[in-house]
Formats: sequence, structure tokens, C-alpha cells
Amino acid sequence: MEHYISLFVRTVFVENMALAFFLGMCSFIALSKKVETAMGLGIAVIVVQAITVPANNFILNTLLKEGALSWTGIASLSSVDLTFLSFLTFIGVIAAIVQILEMVLDKYFPPLYNALGIFLPLITVNCVIMGGSLFMQQRDYNLPESVVYGVGSGLSWAIAIVILAGVREKLKYSDIPGGLQGLGITFLMVGLMAMAFMSFAGVQL
Amino acid sequence: MADAQTPKSVLLDPIFKNNPVMLQVLGICSALAVTSKLETAIAMAISLTVVTGFSNLFVSMVRNITPSSIRMIVQMVIISSLVIVVDQILKAYAYGISKQLSVFVGLIITNCIVMGRAEAFAMKNPPGISFLDGIGNGLGYSALLIALAFVRELFGAGKLLGYEILPLAKDGGWYEPNGLLLLPPSAFFLIGLFIWALRTWKPEQQEKADFAIAPHTKAQAAH
Repeated sequence: MEHYISLFVRTVFVENMALAFFLGMCSFIALSKKVETAMGLGIAVIVVQAITVPANNFILNTLLKEGALSWTGIASLSSVDLTFLSFLTFIGVIAAIVQILEMVLDKYFPPLYNALGIFLPLITVNCVIMGGSLFMQQRDYNLPESVVYGVGSGLSWAIAIVILAGVREKLKYSDIPGGLQGLGITFLMVGLMAMAFMSFAGVQL
Repeated sequence: MADAQTPKSVLLDPIFKNNPVMLQVLGICSALAVTSKLETAIAMAISLTVVTGFSNLFVSMVRNITPSSIRMIVQMVIISSLVIVVDQILKAYAYGISKQLSVFVGLIITNCIVMGRAEAFAMKNPPGISFLDGIGNGLGYSALLIALAFVRELFGAGKLLGYEILPLAKDGGWYEPNGLLLLPPSAFFLIGLFIWALRTWKPEQQEKADFAIAPHTKAQAAH
């Protein structure tokens, strides 16, 4: 149990997806003008991340890894290594899950769909989701670890975008030099936030 | 849109005039993490330029037979197949670099530049010019990536491509390295400052403020 808590805290604060690994920057910058939008996107990312990382983990361990196909009982399959297909598989799984999630939400939870609906298609090409699965593969997480990692990494990104949106809401009233207006000052702000989050480095539970 | 474009403008415009990273905020996802060393940045820049160029070429070739309802998936498959090829080549011929790039090679798939150009340009234009557009946008991304990595490695570690340029104080030289430049936040600061410099040079790229400050209050606020 302690192992999972420590993994969770490390994923959320120390290895923040947005501020330490620069993932999902496109939507991080583009959609952080309002706290409300940022919150919606953040929650959508948490949900999708929490489903896709374990799903990809399962597929990786039962189909793609070297020797993973040995459960089929066919001798010639037991030494097959399909890990080179992982990129294609992951992106396919992500796209499919996002699509299914969109349909399920539309049918059974209309209020949630109205709140998250417009963000879901964007999420397919968000690097956080793909990055989460790739980190999971690289670090060789097992299924429970990948659940914790999925929730934690989604949450870390959501926290970062909500904080940035809060700062930007105030920032639009300030007098900024012309060339720095908009994009420039946002990057400087994110830099300061990344520095603040670096103080979590070395936190251990 | 396609009429007035000459091959030269398609190839060169994205570098300064219409830089995909600085103006359209595309593809910064992977731009920052690989720039603490010049070597990895160059490898990343080449990989991305190749993938963007060829994905534009192939997407454009099949554009007339792709039903629009499944075009996203077609693009995704083309892009991820190209990325797999690039990843395998890197693993075979430059294993050290491919280890350092870690997951970021895979993230080229979700890099918005590749997808954005396929969708915005290659779906509407013939293969030849789409290929040039892809290469041009890849070069615009590469220019920024290499400039960032140059600053970060030179002033953060006193080296370029592993060769010592500024002798470090701890080895008996004179240069005291700025360790912050090797850490993630510095990439954000540098990119912000690059944008500031570019937009001061080319003011037509500046964004309008949401709330302009009235002329009278400005002087008072400043003092």
C-alpha cells in the first residue's frame, strides 16, 4: 500500500506531466484562459487517463510483450515480440476509448456529456494520454501500478492547468509589453510554476 | 489558399514568418524536454522533419480516396507507422540517443504539428507541395529546438555536442555554469523570451491585449 501512495504522490507532484515533462503543452497553453474551461478539460483528462493507461497496460502484457502470447498455448507464438507495434496499438486504443466514452456519456450521463463533450475529441491527440501510456511501458508498471499512475498523472496535469488558468485570469488586466502579450508571458508564468513545483523534488512518503 | 503559394514560400515561411511553435502554439509538447542537450535536440529535429514531410506526402497522395469521416484515423495510422520506422532506425543506428529521447520519439505521433499540417495543408494540396510544406514546418520547429538546445547546453554545461567550449570553473577554467538552464523551468523561460524577441522584431505577430489600459492611467500606474 505504501508503495502505491508513494507512487501516487511522486506522479502528482514531483513528476508533474505538464511542468516536468512538458506533456500536453498545446492544449495546456491554448485552453487555459478560463478556470472553468481548464477545470472541464482537466477532469476529462483524469477520466481518460485513468482508463487508457491500465487498458494499454493490459494489452501490452497479454498481447505485445516478448513471450506474452504464450497463454495461447501455441509454441510458435510464445517467443513472438510485438513491442514495436506498441505506438500504433496505443494510439488506436486511445482513439477507440475516447470515442466509446463519448458515446456512453452521451447516452447515460447527459449533464456530464454537456460539460465534457467538447473536450473529449481534443484529448485523443493530447500528448499527456499517449505519454502516460509510453511512460507506463518504459517503466514496466504492473496493472495496479498502472491504475495509480494513470489517475495520478491525469490529476497532475489537471492541477497544473487549473492553476495556470487562475493566474491568467488575473494576468489579463495587467500592462504587459506588446511583444510579450499573450503567448510570451504565459510561457514565463509556466516557467515560474515549474520552478515552484521543483521544490517538491525529493519528497518521499 | 493554394494558388499564391510558390514552393519557396511554402518551404521557408514557416521558419520565421509563420513559425508553427511560436505563432500557432503547435508541437511544444515534445519541444522542451529534449533540449537540454544539442545532440538529442538535433536527433529529435531531424526525426520530426522527416515524419512531417513524409506524412504530408502520403496523406496528400490518398486525399482523394479518403472518406472524410475516417480521415483522422487514416492520418493517425500513416503517422504512427512512420514514427515506428523512425524509432526502429534510431534504435538500430543511434541507440544512445534513442535511449535519451525515451518516450519522446513516440510522442511525435501526438505532436500537433504533424497532425495539424496533415489536416490543414496536405488534405487540400497535391503531394509535391505538401511534402515541401511538411519539411518547411519541420524546419521551423527544428530552428527553435536547436536554438533552445544551443543556449541551454552552452550556458548550462559549457559544452556543445559534448565538446568543451567554455572551460568550467570546477575544472580550472573561468566559466561558472548556470545549472538552472539544465532544469525544466529554463526551457519555458527561454521560449518565452524567444517569442518576445521575435515579436518585437516582427510586430505584426503581436497579440492584442484583452483590456487595454487607458492612456491617462498608464503614466500613474508606472510611477
